[in-house]
Amino acid sequence: MGEMKEHTISVLVEQTFDALPRIAGLFSGRGYQIDSISVGEAEEPGMARMTIVTRGDDGVIEQITKQLNKIVNVVKVTDLTYEPFVERELALVKVTATQSTRSEIMQIVNIFRAKIVDISPKTLTVECTGSRAKVQAIIGMLRPFGIREISRTGSVALKREFRGET
Amino acid sequence: MGAGIEARVGPSEIRLRNQSLEAQAVEPAYDLSGAEILVRALAEQGVKTLFGIPGGAVLGLADAVGRYGRFRWILTKHEQGATHAADGYARYSGRVGVVLVTSGPGSTNTVTGIATAYMDSSPIVVLTGQVPLPMVGNDAFQEVDTIGVTRPITKHSFLLRSPNDIADTVRKAFYIAGSGRPGPVVIDMPKDVLAAHGDYIPSAEIVVRGYKPKIFGHAHQISRAAERINRARRPVLYIGGGVVASGASDLVRRLAIENRIPVTSTLMGLGAFPSDHPLWLGMLGMHGTWTANMAVQTADLIIAIGARFDDRVTGRVADFAPQADIIHIDIDSSVIGRNVQVDIPIVGDARHVLIDLVPLVKGPDTKEWLEQIERWRQDHPLRYDRESQAVKPQYVIEKLAEVTDGEAVIVTDVGQHQMWTAQFYRFKHPRTIITSGGLGTMGFGLPAAMGVAIAQEDGAPRRPVVAIVGDGGFQMTMEELITAVAYRVPVKVFVINNGYLGMVRQWQELFFGRRYVASDLRQANPDLARVAESMGAMGLRVERREEVQPAIEKALSCDSGPVVIDFRVDGQENVFPMVPAGAALHEMIEARPSDK
Ligand SMILES: Cc1ncc(C[n+]2csc(CCOP(=O)(O)OP(=O)(O)O)c2C)c(N)n1
Repeated sequence: MGEMKEHTISVLVEQTFDALPRIAGLFSGRGYQIDSISVGEAEEPGMARMTIVTRGDDGVIEQITKQLNKIVNVVKVTDLTYEPFVERELALVKVTATQSTRSEIMQIVNIFRAKIVDISPKTLTVECTGSRAKVQAIIGMLRPFGIREISRTGSVALKREFRGET
Repeated sequence: MGAGIEARVGPSEIRLRNQSLEAQAVEPAYDLSGAEILVRALAEQGVKTLFGIPGGAVLGLADAVGRYGRFRWILTKHEQGATHAADGYARYSGRVGVVLVTSGPGSTNTVTGIATAYMDSSPIVVLTGQVPLPMVGNDAFQEVDTIGVTRPITKHSFLLRSPNDIADTVRKAFYIAGSGRPGPVVIDMPKDVLAAHGDYIPSAEIVVRGYKPKIFGHAHQISRAAERINRARRPVLYIGGGVVASGASDLVRRLAIENRIPVTSTLMGLGAFPSDHPLWLGMLGMHGTWTANMAVQTADLIIAIGARFDDRVTGRVADFAPQADIIHIDIDSSVIGRNVQVDIPIVGDARHVLIDLVPLVKGPDTKEWLEQIERWRQDHPLRYDRESQAVKPQYVIEKLAEVTDGEAVIVTDVGQHQMWTAQFYRFKHPRTIITSGGLGTMGFGLPAAMGVAIAQEDGAPRRPVVAIVGDGGFQMTMEELITAVAYRVPVKVFVINNGYLGMVRQWQELFFGRRYVASDLRQANPDLARVAESMGAMGLRVERREEVQPAIEKALSCDSGPVVIDFRVDGQENVFPMVPAGAALHEMIEARPSDK
């Protein structure tokens, strides 16, 4: 038993009707954690790329990648954790905004280079894109104002091609 | 001798071995119904026999099977029976077994059979009827989400969407079921797709993108393994069902015998090494022999081949083989390093890895080690009361081994009788024990035995087929005796009738203060010989020791259909040695504590 670590795993998979449930079922059936899972079309027609954020010790993560590889429709599994990768998540956060807090919220949004995408007398809705950590951070900053609803996409990630660039 | 090993064969040839050995030539044909395309695709795969029960959703397909006339349809009494039969057929012949059932209850009844095949990596293809595509999801009559229900217990599944996809889907299904680490594949067949028309075009190359079983082992790892074996002083070969599945038994024998390395096996690996050979240690694990368990606990090297360190084998994992380095060869990388730490992992097909490995191994010095083993063997043989006048279950199995000279195919159910069979039958050949090891499915024995006998009619090697079952498990699927009678299948069913759910009774005796809750069958057990007769089979009953051998001989000489022998055995007998749950392998109980 080692320590629990967060891993970002990228899975290239054939887009068949059963591929997604099989992958999700693998996690529930074997008791693995899913922090987020997101999927969409990949570069090649008929293929999808899935990004899974999960947690576990080394043994569990090894099992997860091996079990994913066993799924017939899975073409490639990459654990990005061991290499530089670009990661983005989109979050929409609807936060309570009063006369007195509105400008403070807008300042925070500016600092995070986020955007206000909806406004009402009592709320602001903030769109934020960035790494999971950044999304986590802005949500943390907004929480004291009163968060009404959050909707997040989960991470999408790709391996970096050129080290030393951000 | 290295040069004598046959040349490498590529993955495509492996596929041939698994499925298309006797493929029938099939001509292209146009404007056929989906059902007609499907029967041609099955013929192309060399299918000769289907097991199953028809129903509304597959009536068109059943009709096409009948009109095409090239398959035999074994109509079982229950879909569980059909699935176990196809599984037994596959395990014995090495060919894909085929099940055909209707939608809804037809498909749910296959679940236990599919899970059994999944856990023991047996190649079957299960064709399930489904309501018409436009009705899917409407809770239509006899609708169930078959693919959803079976997803965790299949290697892969397919839903047919158009008649033109059918032939390719069947090809992929057989390929996936039979190659790599074999396993069950489901094809769900909506009724309207079977009715719609399309073309049948004979076999093209099969491409399944994400699926590339790793056949050959890594050369560097193989040479590391050979070096480690050469340096070993107390090596043990630990073999499992993967050796049987990959056809590696002959190479395991060479590796062991040429280098004087003792061999133990899992339940699934029995028969891969001859049990009358001096290097044979017996099975290891919870009901393994003293010698095998002590050898593992003392070994400095374990060479695991096609075995997965199941918890019934390792005992308390933390104390498994404490002094040993471990070499682990398996086609499924996910079983390597999962339960125990492995020093040299080799992913690949056991047969192909051994073809590369065996020539590199140069006899380690095991003289002292074999002497130690011999002492354990002398001091701790398998024991039971051989003088007893009661019919002892172990005696029945020893007699069966004697009468058949280890040449029968033994199919078991699950329980004490299964363990006594593993301990006391003298297996000599791979694929001669067929048993539910992974899932431990009671009710497997009789239908699977039927499948074995039917595989023999389809060309698999002829041997007597004996199902050894408990009175509990027999009563779970004994309706399949009717099927065996209907097709005059000559299976011999040996019921080790102890009047209990024996294995449950044993645990209750040892660990639950002899409180036999819900394990006593004596009040209501029917007269099983008469049950057999009422179904049209021969029924015999054995109550005394002298009757054992004549009854076995009589049953084996009957070729015309099934025979049931009801052996009324000593109901208090237990399986020993036993490693209690949670104990280490060397913490065996060798006999009933009160007997000591
Ligand atoms: C379908 C199923 N239900 C329950 C069990 C649990 N179980 C394991 S062994 C056993 C007793 C088997 O009794 P019997 O068939 O009479 O064989 P015996 O142990 O007496 O040889 C039971 C109930 C099982 N393995 N499978």
